[in-house]
Amino acid sequence: MNKELRRKKRYQAEKRFQVYGIIAISLAIFFVGILVTKIFSDGTSAFSRTMIKTEIKLDADLLGITDINNKDEVENADYYTLIYEEFTKSIPFSNDEEEKQIITLLSPDYEYEAKDFFLKNKDQLGKTVTILLTASDDFDQLHKGNFPRDIPEDRRRLSNFQLQIYDQLVKENKVTKVFNNYLFTKGDSRDPELAGFGGAIIGSFFTILICLIISFPIALMAAVYLEEFAPKNRITELIEININNLAAVPSIVYGLFALGILLNVLELPRSTALVGGIALSLMTLPRIIIPARASLKAVPPSIREGALAVGASKVQAVFHHVVPLAMPGTLSGTIIGLAQALGETAPLLLIGMVAFVVEIPGSPLDPSSSLPVQVYLWSESAERGFVEKTSATIMMLLGFLIVMNSLAVYARQKFEKKWN
Amino acid sequence: MNLVLILFIIIFSFALFFFSKSRIQFYAKNNHQFKLKALPKFYAYYLSLWCALPALGILILWNIFEPNIVKYLIISKIESNNLSSLSSDQLNLIFQRVKAYYAGNFTGELTNEIKDGAEQYKRLLSLASSAKVTLFFLSIVIFTAIALKKVASNIHAREGVEKIIKIILFTSSAAAVFTTFGIIFSLLFESIRFFTTINFFDFIFGTSWSPQKAFISDTSVELTAAQLKELNEAFGAIPLFAGTAFIALIAMCVAVPIGLFSGIYFAEYANRNVRRFGKPIIEILAGVPTVVYGFFAALTVGPFFRILGESIGLDVSSESALAAGLVMGVMIIPFVSSLTDDVINAVPQSLRDGSYAVGATKSETIKKVVFPAALPGIIGSILLAVSRAIGETMIVVMAAGLAANLTINPLDSTTTVTTQIVMILVGDQEFTSAKTQAAFALGLTLFTVTLALNFIALRVVKKYREQYE
Amino acid sequence: MNREAKVISKNVDVFYGNKQALFDINLEIFKNEVTALIGPSGCGKSTFLRCINRMNDVIDICKISGEIEIDGFNIYKQGVDVVRLREKVGMVFQKPNPFPKSIYDNIAYGPNIHGIAQNKQELDEIVENSLKKAALWNEVKDRLNEPGTGLSGGQQQRLCIARAISINPEIILMDEPCSALDPIATAKIEELIDSLKSSYTIVIVTHSMAQAARVSQRTGFFHLGKLIEMDETDKIFKNPNNKMTQDYITGRFG
Repeated sequence: MNKELRRKKRYQAEKRFQVYGIIAISLAIFFVGILVTKIFSDGTSAFSRTMIKTEIKLDADLLGITDINNKDEVENADYYTLIYEEFTKSIPFSNDEEEKQIITLLSPDYEYEAKDFFLKNKDQLGKTVTILLTASDDFDQLHKGNFPRDIPEDRRRLSNFQLQIYDQLVKENKVTKVFNNYLFTKGDSRDPELAGFGGAIIGSFFTILICLIISFPIALMAAVYLEEFAPKNRITELIEININNLAAVPSIVYGLFALGILLNVLELPRSTALVGGIALSLMTLPRIIIPARASLKAVPPSIREGALAVGASKVQAVFHHVVPLAMPGTLSGTIIGLAQALGETAPLLLIGMVAFVVEIPGSPLDPSSSLPVQVYLWSESAERGFVEKTSATIMMLLGFLIVMNSLAVYARQKFEKKWN
Repeated sequence: MNLVLILFIIIFSFALFFFSKSRIQFYAKNNHQFKLKALPKFYAYYLSLWCALPALGILILWNIFEPNIVKYLIISKIESNNLSSLSSDQLNLIFQRVKAYYAGNFTGELTNEIKDGAEQYKRLLSLASSAKVTLFFLSIVIFTAIALKKVASNIHAREGVEKIIKIILFTSSAAAVFTTFGIIFSLLFESIRFFTTINFFDFIFGTSWSPQKAFISDTSVELTAAQLKELNEAFGAIPLFAGTAFIALIAMCVAVPIGLFSGIYFAEYANRNVRRFGKPIIEILAGVPTVVYGFFAALTVGPFFRILGESIGLDVSSESALAAGLVMGVMIIPFVSSLTDDVINAVPQSLRDGSYAVGATKSETIKKVVFPAALPGIIGSILLAVSRAIGETMIVVMAAGLAANLTINPLDSTTTVTTQIVMILVGDQEFTSAKTQAAFALGLTLFTVTLALNFIALRVVKKYREQYE
Repeated sequence: MNREAKVISKNVDVFYGNKQALFDINLEIFKNEVTALIGPSGCGKSTFLRCINRMNDVIDICKISGEIEIDGFNIYKQGVDVVRLREKVGMVFQKPNPFPKSIYDNIAYGPNIHGIAQNKQELDEIVENSLKKAALWNEVKDRLNEPGTGLSGGQQQRLCIARAISINPEIILMDEPCSALDPIATAKIEELIDSLKSSYTIVIVTHSMAQAARVSQRTGFFHLGKLIEMDETDKIFKNPNNKMTQDYITGRFG
């Protein structure tokens, strides 16, 4: 009887053990789920922008334009006053304070938007037209439903008066959402509704480009040397130990190195994609060398022997025959290494890519940011509007990473020969 | 100027290549005594490589060392001109001013010293520039002549070229060693300067970290003994080490159980479908950039714990160690899981057979035979995961706090080594102040510890593998 | 001689995926005897052996049809407790596979799992008895805490035999137990097998006909998944009924 009981307990223990395993896997998958869900649910709203439709009279006096064909006058016309006067006219207010509250419902960029509109519609001077202006961040977030309305006024970003205006405008169908092209075309900005990751994307592009240009050739050559030519002596051992160590060094140490040597000793320009690319390329070197070596190792000796038997030299055999066959695995490893470099933040912070960069960089020598750094910078901001922008940037970043990783897997599967 | 030189050498060596190739072909065809030992193109490669590479090398080396040599010369002149002795920081400052005046964006009081210095700077720069160009062209001429002589004596050109190629390959792989030395050098250099001001033991064993005390406005004034003592007490790194260890511990408490059990399940129980879909999904956790985790921790997990704590009456910081550690643990799960999977799979089937044959259940076999056999490998992978956790930066920068306190309460906020490095260097600090140097000292500590952990981990895994080879 | 059939196999077919490895095996194994299974490589004798303690369950693509009765009870019936089966039927493998634990723990593993010993003293006794029966006690009694993997090949195999004995099975299956051992160790094992048969029923797979002739009372000859002939060992080796058996014995093929 005792044995029966014992056997039963043992089978129960077996069941429990399996359940622990399933729970562990489910938990891990659950974490992936909430991460992705949260990011996507927060980020999708960033792809739209709230605009206010309003009617204004293109009053020549307010603008200060006497001659429509005078280029200077049109350039320097007072669009600020035009919108200020016309917009506040359209809504009833009772004192200065309320007047100010009306105009802050618009994004501070309104004068430029008005100018753009006017330059396209010069013939409408003097007439009343309908114009769409970007709403301010608070207005935008309210319209997207991110602001709770039922808290006391002094803890809210919008006053009761402003809420009234909002409701009125909605009733009059004067509030619409358009696709937020600013997200992609603009650089950083103090105003969330005008901020975009266009600058960050270009910055990331330049950084990864430099990283690729530096690390790929050097890593490939190093892998070829170690796998095909290196004698088995202490120097080779030393090199291999170094490579394995470098693969495990925390990325922030590379940032310190970049700061100490690249910025201080070599005096390269701070905050540029050039320096960021160099720092990341050092970090990526071992991450390319290791899969490249594995691919080279996987090429069977019969290929090499065949080439040598025809009278090729070792160098020729390696470069003409072995390396091309090892390319799929090497490229796949390179793409994955670059994907990891794309997501790196710490080294770039240390070399100064935290600058507030409004202009979209034109070359690797311009100050720039990068996608993950942009995420970091925006996550530090207080405005609610930056939350959705940050999430959208993360979506963009993850999108790139998914594409790159899929490309790597595809490249390996399609082009790699199985040697069995 | 550099660009011009580089373009020149590229165009010139290309031209040389084509020119010499056709010349050699012509020569060999008409002069039957000259038996080519290799294809004409190799002679041409030989010539153009010898022409281009030394020149490029000189260009690169010159550009690296010139600024520092010029700086050294200017500073030593300034030093010898001055009656009173100046500190290195002051000399540096003067040099920066000289440079600024030369570049035309100098603001401030213009002294004769600066004007003279700028004159000298200008002279030195033009001298250096002409010397560089001269050396550049000289090397082209000399090395090309040498190569030409060798080609004329009909060397084995292909072998010569291949030798050059092998040297290039070797140099590339030595780049790894250079990088390591570069890292160690840059860390040591600043750290040593740090440790000349701050006592090493005060740093390692001190328990109060408040670098804002170390703001020295005037670097030319000698510090009084009391000020020096206060300075030394501002850089006690123990709270940082403790914070780093604490958050890493929390992370491992999450990652190890989940990682081990999922790894074991994948290796021993999972059917093909579970493996095919489950493994890649968990690998996604490894591919997500750490800044995303940081954002998630700061915006969702931190406040979640705070609200949860408030609802049951606990005082939870919104930057709790628990939030940061939890998210870090989630990030580390795939490391532990896939390494455990590999290690368990590597245990020979014969051991499992021996256990089944005695009538053990699967879980008993795993718990009592397979897992103990795989233990060294699993410990190695856990050590690697710990090393990852210690070196992690973005999650803690965004989600853990800046408060350097010694606490074992996971609901408090605490700071880590990596957070402090970022915080110190992302400000606008003058590079020579003790604060920035402290960041390098911290970096050196971090580098040493992670290297040691990795070394131990790899040794352990290697020993375990030898058991089964 | 009154012979009791311990194991009876009835119409056993074994498939690895789509490939059939054993075809309609019918045989009897008698109690307290040594039965040898011989045949050329790949003939299925090891596969059949592993059916008797259901070790083939560990292999996913292996499918078995038919019945194997031990003491009249079909072990392939639905709901049979495999763990209980393996308490009764022990196995020793071709390559010695001691656990990377101490010699003591290697032997104690089985009894611990099944809860056979009530206290440490009983466990010590079981370990000692098993090692004595496996003729290993004198060689290791002073170093029970040393790792089992530190023994020589022959000693390791005797350790595995002791481990199999420790849970007091009724049947011991041996899959080419001496193929990885030198002649002296082999001789010792064969001696051991002979002494064990009085307490256990032994089935041994061997590729050495000489060994089968030395050690067994009955022999079964397998070829390409079929049981060609099974009879007294003397008869098989001196005067087999089947021509194929004769050809194999005389070395015409194999």
